[in-house]
Amino acid sequence: MIYMDYQATTPCDPRVLKEMLPYFCEIYGNPHSSTHAMGEEAATAIEKARKQVANIIGTVDTKEIIFTSGATEANNLAIQGIAKFYKERGNRIITSEIEHPCVKETCRALAREGFDVVFVPVSDNGIIDLDFLSKSLTDKTILASIMTVNNEIGTIQPIDEIGKLCREHGVIFHTDAAQAIGKIPVNTENVDLMSISGHKIYGPKGIGALYIKGKSRLRLAPLFHGGKQERGMRSGTLPTPLCVGLGIACEIAQKEMKEEFERLLKFKNYFLKKIFDNLPKVYLNGDKEKRIPGCINLSFDGVEGEGIMLGMNDICVSSGSACSSQTLEPSYVLQAISIREDLAHSSLRIGFGRFTTMEEVDYVASKIIEVVNRLRSMSPIWEGQ
Amino acid sequence: MQYSKKVMDLYKNPKNVGTFDENDANVGTSVVGAPSCGDVIKLQIKVDENGCISDAKFKAFGCGAAIASSALITDWVRGKNLDDAKQIKNKEVADYLSLPPVKLHCSVLAEEAVSKAIENYKSKQKKTEE
Ligand SMILES: Cc1ncc(COP(=O)(O)O)c(C=O)c1O
Ligand code: FES
Repeated sequence: MIYMDYQATTPCDPRVLKEMLPYFCEIYGNPHSSTHAMGEEAATAIEKARKQVANIIGTVDTKEIIFTSGATEANNLAIQGIAKFYKERGNRIITSEIEHPCVKETCRALAREGFDVVFVPVSDNGIIDLDFLSKSLTDKTILASIMTVNNEIGTIQPIDEIGKLCREHGVIFHTDAAQAIGKIPVNTENVDLMSISGHKIYGPKGIGALYIKGKSRLRLAPLFHGGKQERGMRSGTLPTPLCVGLGIACEIAQKEMKEEFERLLKFKNYFLKKIFDNLPKVYLNGDKEKRIPGCINLSFDGVEGEGIMLGMNDICVSSGSACSSQTLEPSYVLQAISIREDLAHSSLRIGFGRFTTMEEVDYVASKIIEVVNRLRSMSPIWEGQ
Repeated sequence: MQYSKKVMDLYKNPKNVGTFDENDANVGTSVVGAPSCGDVIKLQIKVDENGCISDAKFKAFGCGAAIASSALITDWVRGKNLDDAKQIKNKEVADYLSLPPVKLHCSVLAEEAVSKAIENYKSKQKKTEE
């Protein structure tokens, strides 16, 4: 099996797992029980992890980090929490057309409750239309939520510019950085809230974090009511092993990011050259430059994505085609970048990551070329091309 | 997608891929589905002097189920007269291939392709008679 679906999730790094293990059966005290040593020890481990998470996004104040069950919860907490707390200020919420479903559907739910939600379009390169965004920022706008890196096409949004625009208009700015952390440098200078996920950065599944800028003095309506852990914003006993896992995952990712970026960039360039040299009419979806190297989204004219994947059963990739989705709708991200309708069905997302090797990259490129050629020879819409 | 061995075999070694001359009076052609929906099947039948389908070919843009359904149905229609060929129901194709529920429409498409190819052949015959 060759795994090339690093945007869906990543394997837990063995170094991460090793750090987590003592916190299951040995140091199992409740981190919120400060009355005994076992609780203290767990609490100390969690505070160390909080520091590691803060570090990777360039902040020093650990009070700004709240642990959640993942980026889905962090996004829900940020968006619902702000919308509900500040609804007296205004009712407009701004987001983009290419957000992850956990942002998109949260905003839609708020729209059903009466909020005025604006979905800012992206240009055909998958980068947000800043003009449109800036015109949408009214004095009734309370929040903008725009992702840092898109999970399907890997495009990087101009977060600093967006953050500054929001600040000028007194709008709170949230970014879902689940796909950006550990891949590109991320900082919180122009951001009020930021979501992080553990399993996208070789940490465990079921843990994430929300950064909440202290200086902005934000208040969030909590999603859960209970023992008022995490300063009342996220009740529930913290899962010590998972927090420790997220922390060490952040530390490793931060340390290795620069080298890893260069390595994946080499893979990407090699892979694309091999594909383009051997197959005509293949299109790279999303901006050619403003993208992370580990996420390649290609459309292969004349063949359908699920059909391609079936021809390479030993390789894990994903597709934006309708045939490979349960809803039989093609990817809304690919629709948002206005690619030809049939090309949305012809797409594959190939994801490289920490454990990808050059041999695998070469093999997968060869395999794709072979399968696409075979399927094109039997495609009625490729006939005569 | 978890497919049956039959689907995988037909996907890997599809029988009857190809095309006939569309202008041949004995050939009926259909194209069903749409590229924008992610599935297109082109299916052709060749009819002999006894009104039997002597050969059938297809091309498909679509998932594994679409390819397997087309490969199977082009096999099944061979040797049948037009009325019998039209009786082949998508359910038989889907059952034979053990298609998962979300993939039933791919077999519907294959059934539709056969029936449209027969119609096309008949309308061509009518025209030559006139
Ligand atoms: C951009 C983005 N946001 C949010 C999520 C959800 O993260 P989690 O699985 O941690 O809830 C994902 C991953 O599926 C993602 O890619
Ligand atoms: S052709 Fe789209 S699901 Fe079969």
